Amino acid sequence: MTAMAEQTWVAVCAAEAVPRASGVAALLDDGTQVAIFRTEDDRFHGLSNVDPFSGAAVLSRGIVGDAGGVPVVASPVYKQRFDLSTGRCLDADTGDTVCVATYPVRVIDGVVHVGSS
Amino acid sequence: MNRTLVVVGHGMVAHRLVEAVRSDDVDGTWRIVVLGEESRPAYDRVALTSYVDDWDAERLALPGCTYSGDEHVELRLGDPVVSVDRAAKRVTTASGFTQDYDALVLATGSRPFVPPVPGRDLPGCFVYRTITDLDDIRAAVERATDGRGRAAAAVVGGGLLGLEAAKALRDMGLSPHVVELAPRLMPLQVDEGGGSLLRSLITELDVTVHTGTSTDAVEADRGRLVAKLGNGTELDVDLLVFSAGVRPRDDLARDCGLDVGERGGVLVDATCRTSDPDVFAIGECAALEGRVYGLVAPGYSMAEVAAATLLGTPASFPGADTSTKLKLMGVDVASFGDAHATTDGALEVAFNDAVRGTYQKLVVSDDATTLLGGVLVGDASEYNLLRSLVGNPLPAEPAALLAPAGAGDSAVGVDALPAEAQICSCNAVTKGAIVHAVTDQGCDSVGAIKACTRAGTSCGSCVPMLGKLLDACGVEQSRALCEHFAQSRAELFEIVRATRITTFSELIARHGTGAGCAICKPAVASILATLGNGHVLGGEQVTLQDTNDRFLANLQRNGTYSVVPRVPGGEITPDKLIVIGQVAKDFGLYTKITGGQRIDLFGATVDQLPLIWRRLVDAGFESGHAYGKALRTVKSCVGTTWCRYGQQDSVGLAVELELRYRGLRSPHKLKSAVSGCARECAEARSKDFGIIATEQGWNLYVGGNGGAIPRHADLLVSDVDTETLIRIIDRFLMFYVRTADRLQRTAPWVEELDGGLDHLRAVIVDDSLGICAELEEAMAEHVANYRDEWRGVLEDPEKLARFTSFVNAPGTPDPTISFRTEREQPVPVLLGVPEVVSR
Ligand code: SRM
Ligand SMILES: Cc1cc2nc3c(=O)[nH]c(=O)nc-3n(C[C@H](O)[C@H](O)[C@H](O)COP(=O)(O)OP(=O)(O)OC[C@H]3O[C@@H](n4cnc5c(N)ncnc54)[C@H](O)[C@@H]3O)c2cc1C
Ligand code: SF4
Ligand code: FES
Repeated sequence: MTAMAEQTWVAVCAAEAVPRASGVAALLDDGTQVAIFRTEDDRFHGLSNVDPFSGAAVLSRGIVGDAGGVPVVASPVYKQRFDLSTGRCLDADTGDTVCVATYPVRVIDGVVHVGSS
Repeated sequence: MNRTLVVVGHGMVAHRLVEAVRSDDVDGTWRIVVLGEESRPAYDRVALTSYVDDWDAERLALPGCTYSGDEHVELRLGDPVVSVDRAAKRVTTASGFTQDYDALVLATGSRPFVPPVPGRDLPGCFVYRTITDLDDIRAAVERATDGRGRAAAAVVGGGLLGLEAAKALRDMGLSPHVVELAPRLMPLQVDEGGGSLLRSLITELDVTVHTGTSTDAVEADRGRLVAKLGNGTELDVDLLVFSAGVRPRDDLARDCGLDVGERGGVLVDATCRTSDPDVFAIGECAALEGRVYGLVAPGYSMAEVAAATLLGTPASFPGADTSTKLKLMGVDVASFGDAHATTDGALEVAFNDAVRGTYQKLVVSDDATTLLGGVLVGDASEYNLLRSLVGNPLPAEPAALLAPAGAGDSAVGVDALPAEAQICSCNAVTKGAIVHAVTDQGCDSVGAIKACTRAGTSCGSCVPMLGKLLDACGVEQSRALCEHFAQSRAELFEIVRATRITTFSELIARHGTGAGCAICKPAVASILATLGNGHVLGGEQVTLQDTNDRFLANLQRNGTYSVVPRVPGGEITPDKLIVIGQVAKDFGLYTKITGGQRIDLFGATVDQLPLIWRRLVDAGFESGHAYGKALRTVKSCVGTTWCRYGQQDSVGLAVELELRYRGLRSPHKLKSAVSGCARECAEARSKDFGIIATEQGWNLYVGGNGGAIPRHADLLVSDVDTETLIRIIDRFLMFYVRTADRLQRTAPWVEELDGGLDHLRAVIVDDSLGICAELEEAMAEHVANYRDEWRGVLEDPEKLARFTSFVNAPGTPDPTISFRTEREQPVPVLLGVPEVVSR
């Protein structure tokens, strides 16, 4: 919880720049790429943009949907699905749990902010 | 490994014997030496005629036919056995090789019967039994064709084998004559009613039938042949194929003093033993209790019996099912049980439907309670069911068993069959065994049943029954698109078409559940696009598309895209080639010639895509679909314009077709090609729809592909003019788009259509469902509404704005993308795959 307090928020774009059920990529100052998603019910989520299976920075270009009610994005490269809230991969065949980093996202006055620590 | 088993002949039956011994001889008590005359290991002779489809002998090879890795089996090919010394227990081959045996199995099959016609040995006379025979026939056809136009041919014999030979000739593009001594075709299998229908159906297919007449003499005439028939007719032909039945190859047995049957064949008892207890005979060369069987199923039973006997397990021949079902030039012919009503008091119930072109006859017992046999011509869809009912009480009125076409299944389902009913006669698998495999051994698909029971692995005619048995056992073969839609893609297509729903949100709200996923969203986007709902990136549609469709280019492994400008038919001007080169140079793109007759430009970032399209559009190009479930390319060969052999303008047609169908969204990608003559340089038969020029027009082939499971396309119509051709392709594509599953290419789609290619032909050529006008209209709409998608983006600022790497830093390139140089071109630097976090 203390960590949350030290969160720095960066404004990245207007909310309408992220259409429903899709994503965009944002570039942070340190070179990190964050994929920002907006689900059908107007919730926003942030994941690392880098697909852990291919290494390509493309997760923001995946298809947003749900798996058994859990909001997910499917990587455009090899189609593995990632839970938008936790970053957990639902389709890893390695036996291990594969995760991508998550980033807090909030919308204030119609502007999307990404938090980084 | 103490005893040696020598097998003479390596045909279908010999192979089954070796397999049976090897699978049960766990201790390896037999060493097996197989001595075969043909230079190839055992192949599927039953499917011999399909060799003409692709001239690929490998495809006919029987699984496991070389026994590689099995040290107990030695296979020596291309060297026939010429003598058997029973006293010394030794065989000798033509090359002088000798081999001692403890047990000997003769599996020498049959030789084609050639009637003693003067001139039958002249060059140009052939028989029809082996792959080599077909190679020889093909060479003769080619020689004759090179000389002058089309070759002419006649087949002596109008039985099963004669019609097989006629089909092979027809598939080589000839219009053969068939000469049959009996008053009807297939006299052994069908009765008079069936024979006369068969004759009219086959005549329609460009085969001239002469029945009730002998072939009296063959004479050479200036490099050709004249066949003189008993009725006075003279046939001028380039080649003559004798295919008038077979005779058992029993000469080895005769020479070494074994008993032979009255009508030939090595005489064996019910355990397949000859008059010498150490010698067995199986398959077509054997006369089992005096009777010779010319079908593979009884041969397989003999192989199993002999194998069991050799391993010391008592076994005897269970009797044979001599039912046959064939598809001869697209005409179904089947006979089963007591087809000729020879049983005392047997009654016949026949239905002759001249309009449908079907003839069906059932033979029942005198009290009309038991099915004894039958004949089906024109429609044999009920064959498997009826055949398995033979000897059993009739579950319904005879008439109810013969369902008229279109009425779906007959009154009887698989449920009505007793457990001992034989479903697969080729491999003697009963309903009980299949049900056991499904319920107790967990088989949940047709493939699993095949692997587990062998049912369906030979002629394949029982495969539909396997599916029905799965259904009957309550194993659901789900067609649901994904977790969000219980419907299949085809059902969703019909829903969208009928309700005119134009958005995914509305469709899922009304007919699905949840928010959708990467399976249903692109599938629905494709349906919406086919039904003409504006630009593929319009409105909500943009969020439904796979990345390739969303960025109208192909995603590469490093997150960049490739651009493949459309080059219709592969025809391109020097100026346009220069433009492509210049664009690649200016944007630092890697270039490669693709397998689809165009040029791929790799390594473009999202921001560069519109800039590249701008340059291309200004130079008169559009970008192209190397992505997307849509038409890809229509390849062509040079055709009449340049090629010495060209028969039509293949490039012109390819360009016309590519421009007509470009942008058409479909269940899977669509590929096409046009070849200017039968040399087939454009590889049209490996395409979803391929066109090959003929002297008179075009032949259209459908349902082919390369890729993971290659399949040659089948001939749908021949010698049609361009207008007819395009009309039929319009219908074909629209019918496919409407009814196929997601990611199902045309080949599996045609194969899975109930009734296969014949049904397809009925629907789109003969308009049996009355939907052709609608299909054509839908295509006309597609053609009229086609817009260049890439230009569409350039002209719309809102769409254009989406082509940025970063929402907060437009124009900044993705810092993870970099290139190095390989063979003078930029290629991606492989990104270290980031540490995968595991918790
Ligand atoms: C570029 C090209 C290879 C080349 O350098 O020559 C190519 C490249 C790809 N092919 Fe292909 N195929 C290319 C010709 C072919 C051909 C040959 C042909 O078309 O004559 C075949 C076999 C013919 C066929 O399709 O029946 C072919 C069979 C496949 C398959 C297997 C399809 C199947 O039914 O089994 C796939 C996988 C799929 O589509 O699911 C595939 C998929 C792909 C994908 C889209 C894989 C992917 O998702 O990244 C590749 C993307 C290319 C890109 O980014 O530009 N590609 N691919 C060829 C493009 C031709 C063109 O101009 O459009
Ligand atoms: C075109 C065609 C279509 C057919 N369609 C059907 C069908 O639909 N249904 C059906 O049930 N049956 C069909 N048959 C019949 C079926 O192919 C045969 O019943 C089956 O092949 C018999 O197998 P076999 O092993 O006994 O003989 P074969 O397959 O003839 O094999 C015998 C082998 O022994 C070799 N051989 C002979 N003598 C010697 C020797 N001295 N030394 C070494 N080797 C020798 C021969 O070269 C041959 O390779 C068809 C046959 C043909 C030709
Ligand atoms: S298999 Fe061939 S077409 Fe597919 S990605 Fe690899 S190189 Fe490209
Ligand atoms: S009946 Fe021929 S494979 Fe089953």
